[in-house]
Amino acid sequence: MEHPLEKGLQNALGVYYLLVAVLNLGFAVWWYYAGRRSHAQRGNEKIFTVLWAIVSGVFLVHAFLYLSHSGPVLSRGVRDFTTWFMGLYGGQMGPILYVTLSIVGFVLLLYFRRFFVRPNIAWTILQLSLLAAGWAMTDDEFQKIILKPDNVPIPMLIYSVGFFTWAALYRAVQNDERIARGEPVLEKLEDEKVLVWPDLVYTELIAMIIATFILIIWAVLLKAPLEQPATSAKAPNPSKAPWYFLGLQEMLVYYDPWMAGVVLPTMIIIGLIAIPYIDFNRQGNGYFSFAERKFAVSIFMFGFVVLWVTLIVLGTFLRGPNWNFFGPFEYWDPHKVLPLNNVNLSQLFWLNLCHMPLEDFKVRFGDFFGPIIRELPGILLVFLYLFALPPLLARTVMRSFFLRMGFVRFILLVTLMQFMAALPIKMVLRWAINLKYIVAIPEIFFNI
Amino acid sequence: MSVGDFIRNSQVWKSIFRHPAPRDRRNRVVVMLTNVFLHLHPVSIRKSGIDLSYTWCMGGLTFFMFLELTVTGVLLMFYYRPTLEHAYNDILILRDVATLGILRELHRWGAHAMVITIWLHMYRVFLTGSYKPPREFNWGVGVILLVLTLLLSFTGYLLPWDQLAIWAITVGSNMARATPFLGYEGPGATFLKVGDVSLIHSGSDARFILLGGRFVSGETLLRFYVLHCVAIPLAVAVLIAVHFWRVRKDGGISGPL
Repeated sequence: MEHPLEKGLQNALGVYYLLVAVLNLGFAVWWYYAGRRSHAQRGNEKIFTVLWAIVSGVFLVHAFLYLSHSGPVLSRGVRDFTTWFMGLYGGQMGPILYVTLSIVGFVLLLYFRRFFVRPNIAWTILQLSLLAAGWAMTDDEFQKIILKPDNVPIPMLIYSVGFFTWAALYRAVQNDERIARGEPVLEKLEDEKVLVWPDLVYTELIAMIIATFILIIWAVLLKAPLEQPATSAKAPNPSKAPWYFLGLQEMLVYYDPWMAGVVLPTMIIIGLIAIPYIDFNRQGNGYFSFAERKFAVSIFMFGFVVLWVTLIVLGTFLRGPNWNFFGPFEYWDPHKVLPLNNVNLSQLFWLNLCHMPLEDFKVRFGDFFGPIIRELPGILLVFLYLFALPPLLARTVMRSFFLRMGFVRFILLVTLMQFMAALPIKMVLRWAINLKYIVAIPEIFFNI
Repeated sequence: MSVGDFIRNSQVWKSIFRHPAPRDRRNRVVVMLTNVFLHLHPVSIRKSGIDLSYTWCMGGLTFFMFLELTVTGVLLMFYYRPTLEHAYNDILILRDVATLGILRELHRWGAHAMVITIWLHMYRVFLTGSYKPPREFNWGVGVILLVLTLLLSFTGYLLPWDQLAIWAITVGSNMARATPFLGYEGPGATFLKVGDVSLIHSGSDARFILLGGRFVSGETLLRFYVLHCVAIPLAVAVLIAVHFWRVRKDGGISGPL
């Protein structure tokens, strides 16, 4: 029987698994020498050496199978199950699951950071993700997405952000422990000065050579994409923005373009520039730390890792034709129809709650005041959110912030956080009660 | 006398490098002060400033990518004309005729890499609290550089003039028509009118300014080309100078106080 995978792909996967096997062998050797270096006879190092050698063997078997063109393929059952599962709940299970898991995972990562930064744990997560990526590659639909030349930066982004998040937290955990013991932070130990020539200029030279090398290899292996000549007559489906803007495009599901494309990006830029002027915490300047800057680090990491990077990944891998959600192994069917039963808050309030038809408002109150009175519940809610919440926070949970920051800084901080929270809030409202707009005045394009 | 010594003692060599090779402490200091490129650096630096587990090297790599993109970009300009008639064909010819050509690949992958490295640079600077006083202003300059980098990448995306390009830019620039007050489908735009004549319509709104037309067209191509090759790189170059200058003036690469 013909093997379902092309020979070229099998070779590529074989080489991939071979590299991962070498990686694990290296890690096993590292543990072996770690055991010889530490004179305290804990014995764990030997166990880890054996463990990672075995893992290396597992990857080696994979490499062998694919190089001999008889590699295993992800079973139909798994693929169908994920597609079915993510399509539950009117097709909303996918986004709900994805966003919820990223947020839960993020919170767990920060809370149990001491656990997650341990080399063995971080390495285990990396190996599981590499194995999952390898197996996913045996699926046609997944291949189609990942092999698009312009999608190559996405795996690079995932793994580099993952690696550097680990690196930062690893260092932060060490520094926090040192601070708790009253010792100087790691960076303080490297306080003496060295000459820039040769130490820095050579580092820079090596970095430039490595970067050039990687770029040339990348450029030789992968051709830049060139599709059919541009025509305004035929729009591709899906039409996607460049990958770094896919987080913004994802926001279009929940907000109109004026919010998702203009107001929120503007707030991101203003918010980023404002950070040094809001952050009144003078600790943690010039070294990695979490304990000294819990609030700032958590908020920033949430914004960058969860709201920016994971939404880019979502937009790349899981959004197909008509920007519908598709499971990772699901065929991108342009005719996939999802029930669109989203309703506005005004409808929920007046029609479902007060049994008043929405058409009456314009007749009774005129073209100008009709829509405004119709949308009063939503306008009131937004007003309360923007103007009543900050003083409330200042008097309750964020009282200490308010007292230390002063009025202007506090209002700026809370406003920026409110805009940041606007996306998750709208997501939850959409999933929970199918809410389309909180305020809907399409007459002047004012929909929130 | 060896050939090396002969060259190093020649008048030409000495006119270029005014000091002996940087082998001893004195000349390692002098070399940093007498070379225009090297003098962007300080003479000496805190040891943590060259520790990769602290700096991640991402800012430096971002700058290197900018240089790489400038060089490959200038070379690409020899092959490319930003008109509806030529743009796509020029890219085709570049792909099919230039043997072993990887110019466009180097430029495109370098651009992707620069977006990632600049994000990681910002991530590192934040996580080490390096934006804190006295570096508040330089953080702001960095944010503007980040935005300009994304705009550079975005404007460059259109230039091949294929389906991928035109529709990505269409999706991206459609946002501009929803700009509050300034986009013709933005909230409040309907209020801006003189008598019955509305000031903001599809021929006068923010998107029209961006695209030079009501949709992505030849005018857009020219506009994005000029922005991509001249206007934004110039702005970036100036801001990089400010950014580097302020790194030095605000106390060098950050470190614990």
